[in-house]
Amino acid sequence: MASIVFAIMFYLATLLLVVGLLYRISNYARTPAPLKIPTTPAPMTTGGVVLRMTREVVFFESLFKANLWTWGLGWLFHASLALVIMRHLRYFTEPVWSLVAFIQPFGMYAGITMLLGLCGLWGRRLFVERIRYISTPSDHLMLLLLIEIAATGLLMKFAEHTDVIGVKGFFLGLMHLNIQVLPADLLLAFHLFLVVSLLVVFPFSKLLHAPGVFFSPTRNQKDDPREKRHLSAWAAKLESEK
Amino acid sequence: MADVTAPAYRIIPIIPALKPGAMEGKGPYVASDKLNEALGFPGQLVEDWHDRAIAKMGELLSKYRSLKVFMDACVHCGACSDKCHYFIGTQDPKNMPVARQDLLRSVYRRYFTLPGKLFPRLVGARDLTREVLDEWYNYFNQCSECRRCSVFCPYGIDTAEITMAAREILDSVGYGQKYSNEIIGKVHKIGNNLGLPGPALIDTLEGLEEDVKDATGIDVRFPIDVKGAEVLLITPSADFFAEPHIDSLIGYAKVFHATGTSWTLSSMSSEAGNFGMFIGNYDQLRTIAMRIRQAALELGVKRIVVGECGHAWRVAYSFWNTLTGVGDGADANDRFAQMLQKQLDHRYKQPAHICEFTWDMIQDERLTFDKSKNDKHIITFHDSCNVARGSRMGDLPGGQFEIPRNIIKAVANNFVEMAPNTTREQTFCCGGGGGLLTDDLLELRVKGALPRMEVLQNAVDEHGVNFMATICAICKAQFTKIMPIYGFDRKMVGGVHQLVSNAIQLGPK
Repeated sequence: MASIVFAIMFYLATLLLVVGLLYRISNYARTPAPLKIPTTPAPMTTGGVVLRMTREVVFFESLFKANLWTWGLGWLFHASLALVIMRHLRYFTEPVWSLVAFIQPFGMYAGITMLLGLCGLWGRRLFVERIRYISTPSDHLMLLLLIEIAATGLLMKFAEHTDVIGVKGFFLGLMHLNIQVLPADLLLAFHLFLVVSLLVVFPFSKLLHAPGVFFSPTRNQKDDPREKRHLSAWAAKLESEK
Repeated sequence: MADVTAPAYRIIPIIPALKPGAMEGKGPYVASDKLNEALGFPGQLVEDWHDRAIAKMGELLSKYRSLKVFMDACVHCGACSDKCHYFIGTQDPKNMPVARQDLLRSVYRRYFTLPGKLFPRLVGARDLTREVLDEWYNYFNQCSECRRCSVFCPYGIDTAEITMAAREILDSVGYGQKYSNEIIGKVHKIGNNLGLPGPALIDTLEGLEEDVKDATGIDVRFPIDVKGAEVLLITPSADFFAEPHIDSLIGYAKVFHATGTSWTLSSMSSEAGNFGMFIGNYDQLRTIAMRIRQAALELGVKRIVVGECGHAWRVAYSFWNTLTGVGDGADANDRFAQMLQKQLDHRYKQPAHICEFTWDMIQDERLTFDKSKNDKHIITFHDSCNVARGSRMGDLPGGQFEIPRNIIKAVANNFVEMAPNTTREQTFCCGGGGGLLTDDLLELRVKGALPRMEVLQNAVDEHGVNFMATICAICKAQFTKIMPIYGFDRKMVGGVHQLVSNAIQLGPK
């Protein structure tokens, strides 16, 4: 019974995540950017913009300039999360990809650094006056959600082992529309339920910063307004009316 | 307004503690019916302001990707929270960029997002009430749209874009700001922000010719409305009579004279500034910019050069090509832009900043200087925000920092920098930009200047700096007003071309 409930939840959450994100992204892509507003100095070529965006997405360049603590904790969390997600691919692939096998040991410890990063970020939110002022309840809950995901995962890895073979069987089955039995384990059920929640909230929350950054005109525009006329469709209409 | 005093310098520039409500109710005067209606806005707050404001927000969200993405992407990380000069100076938490954005974002969440509709308290969503609207008016008129926060935001969120959207919404419901709307009205009616009519302008220029003749013995012309001139100079109207602006205008004229450049001003289009940007209204921005296109076409000029003005240069550099076709690279079938672009000489950048013009001439060795004429000055340079973070000069990113400094070094012997985290793209606003250069905001302006005044004081103490050059009419006006309040001599501020004017050799070489 629990297996079927979880299977349905994962199917629906994944559908919501994919459809929600595609809707958001297409909405961003379709909304015009009528004026050239890169924050200068800005790259003058497409290659330069790709480099700027890469530095922003991989190294959080602007945040580095802003505040070393936030940058350190934020980067630690995100980099760890990336490793943890990659490590979890082993539950979805058979045979396990060699890259995933290679990062397995790093991925395990990344769970710990992810938790540290999150706790640091929450500490900032709780104890730095300015950050506490700007925090909404959802900001705290989002961190709590991620902390719980990390903590339950770590508990299963280092304390109360779960039946990982069974977990893998369940997810491989899900991918082939063949529902298998999910090991009966409270910690595992809690962990998976939190992950489902995260998938559901993603397209409706500030987690949209992930796709959003790629559409940010101050970062993704070339600095070439004198060389090339930039005109959006609605602005062009003003000219034909004259 | 003698009761406004300067805040104390911070001993070490630590992030100040919050003083909630410190700047509540300290916004600028509201525009009168007449001023609003002249721009096509409702005269005063309309009955159905709530519905119209929400509708306007929806319209802007569909027209501006920046607004849409910026409303969604913020994670409240706080990277920007200590970066705004108005927050540092006033300590009002709503002057933190993220908190300022959230004034609008909270309403966006309530009306345009599912979680905000379902669980408003949870995600910090708010109904648009009269209190919220007043809060918008107050705090979105305490942002100078300087973009400093956008340098530090990991998603590039630019509070200027959000301030512009908020002001556009406020104007659309009849809640405009007096100073900006009054100035825009003057541009439409008379042709410049200061309301200086053509005959007065011509008179002023004749007077300037006499002054320069008296001072140098040389006939430097200040031509106006000359058809067939090569260069059309578009400069902020403050250059025509405000101090110290006028000294830079004399500098431009001397550079044109010394290089034998035929140039002209336009009496119809006698303003580089464009407050349409400040109020975030595309139609106003475009209509004001169209005067330049019209002047260029009528006078048949080959080049358009822009004088020392920060936001004007952002509008000219970044927006003129889009708005009016002043630039290059229009499609072959784009008749509107081609009409003008065919006339312009594309061996030169269109438009060009006066600093680009002068620096090119210096590099071509067509100007000579007696640098000792500036020896009485120990000079530093204040980067103006719109030039620094919203434009470029020359062929490389960052040319907007190098070229004015190169000119200063070419015309003067003593140049020092201020603290590096307060110059170039990290420069602090003078405190008076973005449509806030009005006496009803004097307290805000004085407090907002605090970070710049602190580092200037350091430069004075360490290097004996006695001249701060800048290339923005608003910076010049703001500093001459507030620096005496901080105990500096108002004459410490001047233009880069004022220094050029001091040192340039006009006689036979």
